[in-house]
Amino acid sequence: MADFSFWVIFSNLLLAARWTVLLSLIAFISGGLVGVVLLFLRTSGVKALAWFVRIYVEVFQGTPLLMQLFLLFFGVALFGIELSPWAAAALALTLWTSAFLVEIWRGCVESVPKGQWEASSSLALNYVEQMRYVILPQALRIAVAPTVGFSVQVIKGTALASIIGFVEVTKAGTMLNNATFRPFLVYSLVALIYFALCFPLSMLAKKLEGRLNVAR
Amino acid sequence: MSPAETRPLVEIKDIRKSFGPLEVLKGISMDVAQGDVVAIIGRSGSGKSTLLRTINGLETFDSGSISVDGTPVIGGEKELKALRRKVGMVFQQFNLFPHLTAAENVALAPKVVLGAGAKEQAETAREMLEKVGLGDKLGNYPSQLSGGQQQRVAIARALAMHPKVLLCDEITSALDPELVNEVLRVVETLAKDGMTLILVTHEMRFARDVGSKLVFMHHGKVHEEGDPKTLFAKPGTPELAQFVGSIG
Repeated sequence: MADFSFWVIFSNLLLAARWTVLLSLIAFISGGLVGVVLLFLRTSGVKALAWFVRIYVEVFQGTPLLMQLFLLFFGVALFGIELSPWAAAALALTLWTSAFLVEIWRGCVESVPKGQWEASSSLALNYVEQMRYVILPQALRIAVAPTVGFSVQVIKGTALASIIGFVEVTKAGTMLNNATFRPFLVYSLVALIYFALCFPLSMLAKKLEGRLNVAR
Repeated sequence: MSPAETRPLVEIKDIRKSFGPLEVLKGISMDVAQGDVVAIIGRSGSGKSTLLRTINGLETFDSGSISVDGTPVIGGEKELKALRRKVGMVFQQFNLFPHLTAAENVALAPKVVLGAGAKEQAETAREMLEKVGLGDKLGNYPSQLSGGQQQRVAIARALAMHPKVLLCDEITSALDPELVNEVLRVVETLAKDGMTLILVTHEMRFARDVGSKLVFMHHGKVHEEGDPKTLFAKPGTPELAQFVGSIG
């Protein structure tokens, strides 16, 4: 039987952590893009569109991310569409992320005073122009800190992708544990890697929040 | 003169509006000719701000009709856009865009709505800000300006679209007393230059001296209207007499 030294375990976990980082980035960026589209629909004032987004948000916030992963990976396969673990994980995390981001951002848009909408309306700007030039630049300042804060949730959320066989750091940990029977060491290292990824982001979010308070 | 020129610039016909069970506008009709300076006065809750806000579509109305320079006030986005290019508005709370400089505030609508180039934007911003006496504040953000200066930027911003009529909604009410005059002087200059103005105001002296027409609103109706000097000297109704007396 192969002898697994500490460094073998650690380096393998680090290699797998690349996929955690990549999946997080994909989920966060594509979730953000979907979130922006949803934000425009949600705040457009068109009732049907706003309702669609509300239901979307309720569904993805009101069910466990794990169930969403299962539905995409196993459920969709029943309809003859085979998704790879990669695709299923990326898609599920994108939908899930967008549902949270749109709600965070909606709050930021709504915190911009009503007078800003009225003044820009009076200048003959249409809805998209108002958002682009008046509302979003102001909402963005408020949104940065909670958005960075939420990225921590996305990174931790990728751990669930291990269950459908996507080999990121958690799945790698499970495999290494099966081979070495050193769960305490392996999972401590896994946790440490997550912490190393998340802690700087939490700190950054706190710092940004503080800076915003000073500026106002 | 052709019939089109004799037609009033703003025609308001029998406007009615309710907020739930409360009827705030009970059939208002009013004509505003080119170059008129109309001062709308009345107690708070008399419907004067609501009336003003219906003219550029910020408030909807239940029945009646409004047209500005032949453009009807109706709900669609395209129609509203056409209307709002002709109607400028200045607000009690200034509502400047805090993330933009004075010059950028003024140039935003010309840039976005009219597609003005960078040079034209800069020229418009300078011209309009000079007009309100703020030619030296182009690069200042709203937070770096006094209330009076902010309101003058807001006026310049509205003028940048070359509106046919300018709506002023209690534009001095949020200002410290010593800053009121600098704003009123700007409005007075506009009036002298022939700008059509509709003002909701509490500045009675200004309404009398600068206004060409006074409208006294009471309980959602035009209670009395006419020449400001005449009406202030000799109110035709006890309500106006009492109102003028209470303001002093």
